[in-house]
Amino acid sequence: MVPSIPSGTRDVLPDEMRELRAIGERLRAVYADAGYGEVYTPALEYEDTLARGGSPGVPAYRLFDEHGAVLVLRSDMTVPIARVAATRYATAEPPLRFCYAAHAYRGVRPQRGQAREFLQSGVELIGAPAPDGTVEALSLLCAGLDAAGLREYRVGLGDAALYPGLLDALGVTGSGRVQVLHELATRDFVGLERHVGALGLEAGAAELLVRVPQSRGGPEALEARGGAGPADAALAEAVAGLRAVHERLPAGVAERVILDLGLARNLGYYTGAVFEVYDPRLGVPIGGGGRYDDLLGRFGRPLPAVGFALTVERLHIALTAQEAAPS
Amino acid sequence: MSATEGLTIAVPRGALLAGALDRLDRLGLDTAEVRANDRKLLFADQGIVTMRPSDVPTYVEAGAADLGVTGKDVLMEQAERAVYEVLDLGFGACRMVLATRAGPDPVAEALRRLGTARIATKYPRIAAAFFQRTGRQAEIVEVTGSVELAPLTGLVEGIVDLTATGTTLRENDLVIREEIAACTARLIANPVAHKLRAAAIDDVIGRLRAG
Repeated sequence: MVPSIPSGTRDVLPDEMRELRAIGERLRAVYADAGYGEVYTPALEYEDTLARGGSPGVPAYRLFDEHGAVLVLRSDMTVPIARVAATRYATAEPPLRFCYAAHAYRGVRPQRGQAREFLQSGVELIGAPAPDGTVEALSLLCAGLDAAGLREYRVGLGDAALYPGLLDALGVTGSGRVQVLHELATRDFVGLERHVGALGLEAGAAELLVRVPQSRGGPEALEARGGAGPADAALAEAVAGLRAVHERLPAGVAERVILDLGLARNLGYYTGAVFEVYDPRLGVPIGGGGRYDDLLGRFGRPLPAVGFALTVERLHIALTAQEAAPS
Repeated sequence: MSATEGLTIAVPRGALLAGALDRLDRLGLDTAEVRANDRKLLFADQGIVTMRPSDVPTYVEAGAADLGVTGKDVLMEQAERAVYEVLDLGFGACRMVLATRAGPDPVAEALRRLGTARIATKYPRIAAAFFQRTGRQAEIVEVTGSVELAPLTGLVEGIVDLTATGTTLRENDLVIREEIAACTARLIANPVAHKLRAAAIDDVIGRLRAG
């Protein structure tokens, strides 16, 4: 029998490795030029640490050390770096700028561009509040993608706090709220419309809850059409926040941005602006990020923060497809 | 550029084909060639690709098609697929049901005396989730052909299957015991296309919703 490797992992051979290295090197150079210092943290963390940070999903790989403590393989780098910043830089003057290139592990269904062990390249900007910190992160994201040579990418920009805020304002709680958020997380707009209809809200409010997650495009997507009474203020606040970021972006970055009020990244710790990178040649996002203003506080040093991660293997697939396409 | 602005649409062959093509006709796509040719799979001029309904989420998730038409039953069975379900197209209505032989309910009898029932289905995940949700234990037996045969031969006590009119069930002396879900055809979208081709996709959704 041929010895095999665990499902969702893979071997990388020299031709691919050379190209992955080249991409990672270009990204790292961009981060370094912008003053981001590279860090590395252990692949293994205590389960409690990642759970405290609200790391996404059930850990794919869990094991015990010799003392019986539960260890998990990290599912992203954001929580470990938040831990580093709060503990090793407890008194350092913010803002703190870190970058990384490291593997993370998730229990996904393996398919192209989606492995259980994957290489993330990204940054964390800690102690820089919105909107300026968000603008810096988005600008750096685009600079990195430009340096990698990706030409037709776009960046979706939304607000993780928007939809929960609308539900709060409309007094949607309990099982109705759980169902609506579930439909949103599973991207089922048909189910969303049905569950919102069952909430017994006024017509204007129900229409808003169905329309907002599907509002995306240029600045016109931010045309805050209210009409939902108590939810109008929550919508206006999120829209003002997105507009503040969008207006401050350099022209080359702003033209890449798709404003998307429905963008909801399924990671627990996001508090404000969230973003995702798309390329027309790849059916899945290449990476993403956002603001996590509460995360550092959970490790004892409350600081607003923002960051992003690119999945290097996906970026590589998109670049390969771009190369193959007729220009 | 076609009437759908160059979007690629995955269309299911089989029971949903005619309904799907009728909707695409209303968008202004010329589907005559698709109707006339049941061997050809790719119709590049119209932006249409045809396939089995259960393959539609695969193509749309990967971005090989921007939009797709498939049944809610397929989407429920493949719940982990990262696709947007954007519109209930309303046609192809059918029900996912639990059915058994007529007479005393053998599933209830098995649960009462043996603690678990054997259920044959082509939808193992929907069936497993249904029994888990309703707090009953079931052994799911996955079959790929005619599910109706399984209870008649004593392989299982009940089946979970899709039925439109109930005729096939009746002809095999089976009766519906419980309804699990109502299913219709749905329009689904690739998540990246949903962002990058937002205007074109919203235009298609709007026109399908209107008519």
